[in-house]
Amino acid sequence: MALELRGITKRFGALVANDAIDLEVRPGEIHCLLGENGAGKSTLMNILYGLYQPDEGEIRINGKPLRLDGPRSAINAGIGMVHQHFMLVPVFTVAENVMLGDERVKGPFLDHRSARGHVREVSERYGLAVDPDATVGDLPVGVQQRVEIVKALTRDAKVLILDEPTAVLTPQETRELFTVMRRLREAGTAIVFITHKLKEVKAIADRITVIRRGKVVGTATPDASEAELASLMVGRQVRLRVEKTPARASSAGPAFSVRDLTVRNLAGQAVVDGIGFDIMPGEVLGVAGVQGNGQTELAQAILGLITPEHGSIVLDGVDLSAKSPRDRLRAGLGFVPEDRGHDGLVGTSSVAENLVLDLYDRPEFGRRGSMDLKAVRRNAAERVEEFDIRTTSIDQPVGRLSGGNQQKVVVAREMSRPLRMLLISQPTRGVDVGAMEFIHQRIIRERDQGRPVLLISTELDEVMSLSDRVAVMYGGKIVAVVPADTSTEKIGLLMAGANPEDVVDE
Amino acid sequence: MSEQPTEKKPAPATPESGRTPPPPHGLKRVVDEIVDGSLLVTVLAVVLALFFGAILIIVSDEEVRGTFSYFFSAPGDALSASWAAVGEAYGALFRGAIWNPDSSWNVATAIGPFSETLTEATPLLLGGLAIGLAFRAGLFNIGGQGQLIMGAICAAAVGFSLEGPVVVAAVLSVLAGIAGGALYGALVGFLKARTGAHEVIVTIMLNYVAVSFLVWLITTDAVKNHERYEPLSKSVSEAAELPRLLSWLPEGGGSLRLHTGLLIAIAAVFFCRWLLNRSTLGFELRAVGANPSAARTAGMSVGKGQIMAMLISGGLMGIVGATQVLGTANANNALTPSIDAGLGFTAITVALLGRASPVGTVFAAILFGALQAGGRAMQASAGISLELVTVLQALIVLFVAAPPLVRGIFRLKGAGGSEAALASKGWNG
Repeated sequence: MALELRGITKRFGALVANDAIDLEVRPGEIHCLLGENGAGKSTLMNILYGLYQPDEGEIRINGKPLRLDGPRSAINAGIGMVHQHFMLVPVFTVAENVMLGDERVKGPFLDHRSARGHVREVSERYGLAVDPDATVGDLPVGVQQRVEIVKALTRDAKVLILDEPTAVLTPQETRELFTVMRRLREAGTAIVFITHKLKEVKAIADRITVIRRGKVVGTATPDASEAELASLMVGRQVRLRVEKTPARASSAGPAFSVRDLTVRNLAGQAVVDGIGFDIMPGEVLGVAGVQGNGQTELAQAILGLITPEHGSIVLDGVDLSAKSPRDRLRAGLGFVPEDRGHDGLVGTSSVAENLVLDLYDRPEFGRRGSMDLKAVRRNAAERVEEFDIRTTSIDQPVGRLSGGNQQKVVVAREMSRPLRMLLISQPTRGVDVGAMEFIHQRIIRERDQGRPVLLISTELDEVMSLSDRVAVMYGGKIVAVVPADTSTEKIGLLMAGANPEDVVDE
Repeated sequence: MSEQPTEKKPAPATPESGRTPPPPHGLKRVVDEIVDGSLLVTVLAVVLALFFGAILIIVSDEEVRGTFSYFFSAPGDALSASWAAVGEAYGALFRGAIWNPDSSWNVATAIGPFSETLTEATPLLLGGLAIGLAFRAGLFNIGGQGQLIMGAICAAAVGFSLEGPVVVAAVLSVLAGIAGGALYGALVGFLKARTGAHEVIVTIMLNYVAVSFLVWLITTDAVKNHERYEPLSKSVSEAAELPRLLSWLPEGGGSLRLHTGLLIAIAAVFFCRWLLNRSTLGFELRAVGANPSAARTAGMSVGKGQIMAMLISGGLMGIVGATQVLGTANANNALTPSIDAGLGFTAITVALLGRASPVGTVFAAILFGALQAGGRAMQASAGISLELVTVLQALIVLFVAAPPLVRGIFRLKGAGGSEAALASKGWNG
């Protein structure tokens, strides 16, 4: 089944999210849709999935025009979608989740047996190993994704849309996903693979369509170089490598140390389990790991948002463990949270206000309970200039900015006060390549000014290119600390929970 | 409305703007919706409410209804009767609220109706500010009634006993009212910050506590008015009464009820404006209200913010209680079981209509005050039940709360793609 998009245009007010986009997907083809965040990929896919109506243009299947007025009609037309954030009910079993929305019944009852059989049949046909009776919440993320794919396939999807599917996977899981994708391709499924990761595009794509600012700016084949793809995607030459000198060895002791840190969740499990590490002045320690292995809690415990069971956190000889988050920030801890929208910004407040979110009551912005709005605005103008924040005005609500510019607001705020240490989580999640380059440079600049930097990221490439040493987290523990030039393969194995001794022995 | 920081929701229409926080749920979302609406929608909501009010006036008037029984033989009769009934009612509303052209001409009678409007608007303004402030800190303060009653009790307690110089006694009584309301409000904030108890539940329960406490208190020997049979407390000392503002006017100035509570309310408007837009505490409250996680991550104490918000909100409600006892609620300047006059709840609608901004609340309070004052005139001269005013107020808020409805009726172009955005939120949230 061939799917064609002709001249799709979608406007949101003055913003043209999709501008006359043409796209064609053939059966048995993996078609990559490459573009930065905010380029309009997701809008296009939401149109294809019937969530948005295009203002102009049409969707054709096998040459026939098709009108999609909701996900239901998209599913009926044979279009399946695996969202970046899974749409699964964690407490349901795999079979129940697959059946959801398309329930099989026997009289007044759900027909579990036939649902299980259906799941088994599909998973065998495509080699997607899933246990129909497993509870989804207990499954690793990679398997949950497989459940989503099975779900789409049981609804006879001929065109499968995968929206940033690798964002949550380990390198190994990514490879497994690619195997599944190839198998589906052989079975004649058309796959639209949305991503901004160049390596993956080159590894799996048959054809590549690059989108920038809502327009198709070019097509490419997988033998195009990464640099070519990147410049097509960003619209200018970009440096893909972070340029940095090796960290200067310092004779002084560690500037930041964590000892024996343990955090338990409400269920009493140790989500951070006896972690300890040191960071030297002027060194970046990267924390690699698959999401959900305790990185979030580690960061929160260092800022003091959650109380650890025990352990000490020492910055420049001062024990922070008993201090409030505010006092830790004042002690010179710079903190960039992993989820800027949730923890880093007040979306409804202006850019200017967000730039002083943790400084509002400090001189020069606040004095004796009253704020100096002029100083706030002056600061905002300076930061916008210095960090190249693209905003129509400093009074614009920060939630209106693109992801990359929102992140720059957070980074600008944290880096504009005197720091003694920087903790930065997922520095470039959902950030376009241009902003990514900039943020990486600023992180290295902090390092070069002699500050210890703790970098937590699930993007392995990012950790490897920025860090001086890499700590791998798995199951709440740091399973190994390795030099930054260790192979991706080895770190990937460690991230997946392999025994460190086996990995090192290899 | 010249509120300084333009508080608006992140555009729902930029689907790729990264991880926007999940859409707030239920109550919070409704409140956000209302607070973010446009001025035009508010004006149209008032127009619509008056239109539906007119229908009610026509339907409820027996004579007019009669003319409709032969509508098809003589439609003119029904239309003119309807027009006359509606015109008379709304005319009376206007004469009672703004200006009465038929009254004998002197200053006191000329400004009489509008001074009544302002008198009615005073507690609504203070109450609206109180609720609006809590909104901005992300709290839904349903406990205005309780805080008001506690404020009234404290103000009265001081007012009973102080005979002292006029200004001193009144000031101390009002301060006592502020303290009573503030502490009762802060209790809610404290429970929320410490135990996570939802403020809506807690405030509703505390309303019952306050009402029952008041009813009991009035029956005690120390407080009861021994000369009267109905439940009524002693009167506060004359010195503690809030001085009237217009009694110096010749020819009937003495009958004008407008009192110094209005000045307190105006001061409160400036205070709230400063607090929200210019103070560090206000910055904290707004951050805590809009995104508590980000506030916490920025080192703010969410609990402290909630306690402070409820303290100030309760304090403002306490002033309403004080002005009720010391000002206008009844001729005796005494506590009665109905001293709150439903203001704790009307204040919520005022705050919603004023979009939780101090300046907006001024206009909303004057509008509601005018409806209240005019409603009495309408009842007296046109025989329309005062309940119509309640219906009008309810309709206004209903329409304000449902902007798509108003936009639909007036064929306005809404914020583009809101349905699509809702669908997408459903998927991405």
